[in-house]
Amino acid sequence: MAYGPHTSQDRAAMLQAIGIASVDELFADIPAALRASELRLPPPESEAELADRLRHLAERNRVDLVSFLGAGAYRHFVPAVVDQLLLRGEFYTAYTPYQPEISQGTLQTIYEYQSMMGEMTGMDVVSASHYDGATATAEGALMTCRATHRERVLVSRGVHPHYRQTLCTYFGGADRVADEIPLVADGPAAGTTDLAALERMLADPDRPVAGVVVANPSFLGLLEPMAQAGRLAHAAGALFVSVVEPVSLAVLAAPASYGAEIACGEGQPLGIPLAYGGPYLGILACREALVRQIPGRLVGMTTDVDGRRAFVMTLRAREQDIRREKASSNICTNQALCALAASIYMASIGPHGLRDVAALGAARAAELERALAEAGAPRLHPGPYLNEFAVRVPNAPEVHRRLLARGVLAGLALAEAEPDDPSLADALLVCATEVTTADEIEVFAWALRDEIEQGRQLSLPGLADRGGGRAAGHPAGSGGRVESGPGAEAAGGRGRHATGGAR
Amino acid sequence: MTAAGDRLGPTLFERSRPGRGGGKIPHPPKDALSRIPADQLRTEGPNLPEVNESELTRHYVNLSQLNYAVDTGFYPLGSCTMKFNPKVNEWAARLAGFAELHPFAPDELAQGTLQLLWELEQALAEIGGMRAVTLQPAAGAQGELTGILMVRAYHRSRGDLDRTEVLVPDSAHGTNPATASMAGFKTVSVPSAPDGGVDLAAFRVALGPRTAAVMITNPSTLGLFESRIGELLEAVHAVGALAYMDGANLNAIMGRFKPGEAGFDVMHINVHKTFATPHGGGGPGAGPVGVGEKLLPFLPSPRVLREPDGRFRLERPGERPSSIGRVRAYAGNAGVLVRAYAYIRAHGAAGLREVSDDAVLAANYLKVRLAGVLDVPFSRHCMHEFVASGATLKAQTGIRTLDVAKRLIDYGYHPPTIYFPLTVEEALLIEPTETEALETLDAFVVALRAIVEEAHTDPEALHSAPHSSPVRRLDETTAARQPNLRWKAMTGSQAPCPD
Repeated sequence: MAYGPHTSQDRAAMLQAIGIASVDELFADIPAALRASELRLPPPESEAELADRLRHLAERNRVDLVSFLGAGAYRHFVPAVVDQLLLRGEFYTAYTPYQPEISQGTLQTIYEYQSMMGEMTGMDVVSASHYDGATATAEGALMTCRATHRERVLVSRGVHPHYRQTLCTYFGGADRVADEIPLVADGPAAGTTDLAALERMLADPDRPVAGVVVANPSFLGLLEPMAQAGRLAHAAGALFVSVVEPVSLAVLAAPASYGAEIACGEGQPLGIPLAYGGPYLGILACREALVRQIPGRLVGMTTDVDGRRAFVMTLRAREQDIRREKASSNICTNQALCALAASIYMASIGPHGLRDVAALGAARAAELERALAEAGAPRLHPGPYLNEFAVRVPNAPEVHRRLLARGVLAGLALAEAEPDDPSLADALLVCATEVTTADEIEVFAWALRDEIEQGRQLSLPGLADRGGGRAAGHPAGSGGRVESGPGAEAAGGRGRHATGGAR
Repeated sequence: MTAAGDRLGPTLFERSRPGRGGGKIPHPPKDALSRIPADQLRTEGPNLPEVNESELTRHYVNLSQLNYAVDTGFYPLGSCTMKFNPKVNEWAARLAGFAELHPFAPDELAQGTLQLLWELEQALAEIGGMRAVTLQPAAGAQGELTGILMVRAYHRSRGDLDRTEVLVPDSAHGTNPATASMAGFKTVSVPSAPDGGVDLAAFRVALGPRTAAVMITNPSTLGLFESRIGELLEAVHAVGALAYMDGANLNAIMGRFKPGEAGFDVMHINVHKTFATPHGGGGPGAGPVGVGEKLLPFLPSPRVLREPDGRFRLERPGERPSSIGRVRAYAGNAGVLVRAYAYIRAHGAAGLREVSDDAVLAANYLKVRLAGVLDVPFSRHCMHEFVASGATLKAQTGIRTLDVAKRLIDYGYHPPTIYFPLTVEEALLIEPTETEALETLDAFVVALRAIVEEAHTDPEALHSAPHSSPVRRLDETTAARQPNLRWKAMTGSQAPCPD
């Protein structure tokens, strides 16, 4: 066995102590008719072979493209100290701090996480137990139902589609209703939550609303009228749930400041790797009045018998291992190691550094907006944004695919995430962060301009099969990555030829 | 104060001094935020700590040293499978190709991870005897919810709307009844038989047309294999209900028992237990769920698919309308699943079977060695863990299991799980795992023997234990009555350090 210590002598000694001849006897309780068929798996590998296999698989992923993809998970610079400290075995090979006397490290780091996230959101209570932004949002919405004894929540369509879908799954299980608040179709507020519709939906006396859930920035990157939405919710006796992006909270108004009772969100931007979607960190925070409703572990400060300050899991009567079917949730795990990553990230970057991360992202995004507009892809919505926005691109999914071949990951083709919203059919959702460079923006804008012009020419009658004129190079000469995309062959297969920069 | 106690230090907030730290991020242009409306901006920045990197490093390294962990010692925490976490798995999860892959990356950029996930699904399906596996659930508890939501969807798809109950043995993990409630079911608790197994007669009484599912942990939380499992599964299916297997204890039975083959319809797997992904101080984990034929249409979306040409892709939104939908954002905790995959590839079939054999052998060895030291209520062979009891010790000396557990800390061990399962008085649930050397197991027996001796000769040493830990027993009452859940007193350099 790969990691075990037992020699054949050890096993023989154990069998002798037990008084049996073979380990098979220990499995005698398994009824003969139900014993397993032969286990068929690929053969075992030495660490050297395994490392080769894993390196090869990792290299089959392409992470070298110039990327403008965000949509809820963001690239950021992570100081080296974060991972160095996460690799302390005392942190990552411990478990839930059931024995506080020998778990003060984990307990204090969770308390500090609760405190830092409390500063970011302005909330009194923070739980470090949640899996990701989607499940934290679903749990936040369920909290509003328990607190108000109402069964219906309203969720803005500006909330990440995966969060809405997850919330729907969770609500379906509990026979509760989640209705979607539409977005404003046009005008200066286009793309933001439709407050008039929200007011109408809240006014139905037969279907009282427990909570209103709005994201800021929204999935489309827009800044939402949070204060107004919160006031409408409160006027109808509903709670207000704010879905936040934590880096933005370094500069944007904190949920507590505009009256939200609950803040949820995705903690990944705080020093956690993208890793194809997880493990991430669900942010879930609330006002003190809701402390008995919040699911998940909470750590409190107390003292030991000698009067020394110490930390301990507390308010345990909410939890599944005590309350069983009456618990506030079935959640058991806490996301301690991800909360630790977020804490070390916040503490190493510092409050000023975190503001710089947010502001630099906003500055780069403004440059990106200008460059894409000049390339023929103007913004889809007029309202303010922080560092992410949608642009209008004819035939966006196809253009997105072609840009991959040129080494550019052009954000998200919104038609793929929101297939039932026709207003987003021809749009790309793009973001910039502090790691986005001017060169990358130039590469993207140049390639996009070219694709849009290609598309325009191809759509003219008689020119569709002309091919030619398509340039794969780039004036900034930023290298081979532009031409080496996996789609290059496919592009050739469509009868179009890369002509090395001639325009 | 002990050496470890000396490491108790101030919080990050107390270490903070205005002007410390920084230097990580370039400065933005001054007007970077000028286009944002003023009412959207926060007037005062968050009061995060300001510390320089050397202070920060010492802070966390010192905190880490206050923890007990698998990497520091024996951690026989029953039902948690605290086995060694191989280091190559940590290295692999950090490879740029895995770690930097965006969750919305188009399939053609994600072929390595998709292949890994697909192969892992196949391996877990084979180990569990299941038809298919979803890797999407983020943790065991979410795997349970996913499984029970599929059960609900199955019955509804057949127009069978009256099944409102989920049957759970009284020895079950608390997540089982909590899950049933979250999925809209009423939990019916069924008592265990005197031998620790399921009480078949009690189940037969409780089963009926209102039963949606039965949730069984096998091996049970007492560490016993349910020898009547065949009859139970038959009875469950005879009334049209489905059988859910809590796979928390899969570490005992790999290669010996495939739950799907035996008739279970659905099962979750805790990869941080059986497949050695780190417990992380409580998370993150991952909770893959395997299903049989009946629940296949209801698996959460997206699934990982392999095309006839060998390429891999994620299911598109809406591609499989029978799905229960999403249970989280994106495709799953891929970073955790890389480690589980690596663990399975390192072992192969014979290796995994040996893992289970050694885990069961070690548990039985420890059980036999402890038989004269503490009560061992169930005499038959155990699986990967066993329950001991301090009931006799308490009757003789007044020493409770809690005291024994706390005293074990002084002897250098993490205590076993205590007071669980709820069905055994003064319970200690002991799970050695297969990665502990015989010398370690023997030394643990010597320590427990010494503690029981002390209970008779020096009970105060136990009442007041632990003595050698960084802090001693805590005032949990005040913590709950006057909760202090975040640092609020920070005023920069003015904050006093209470220690």
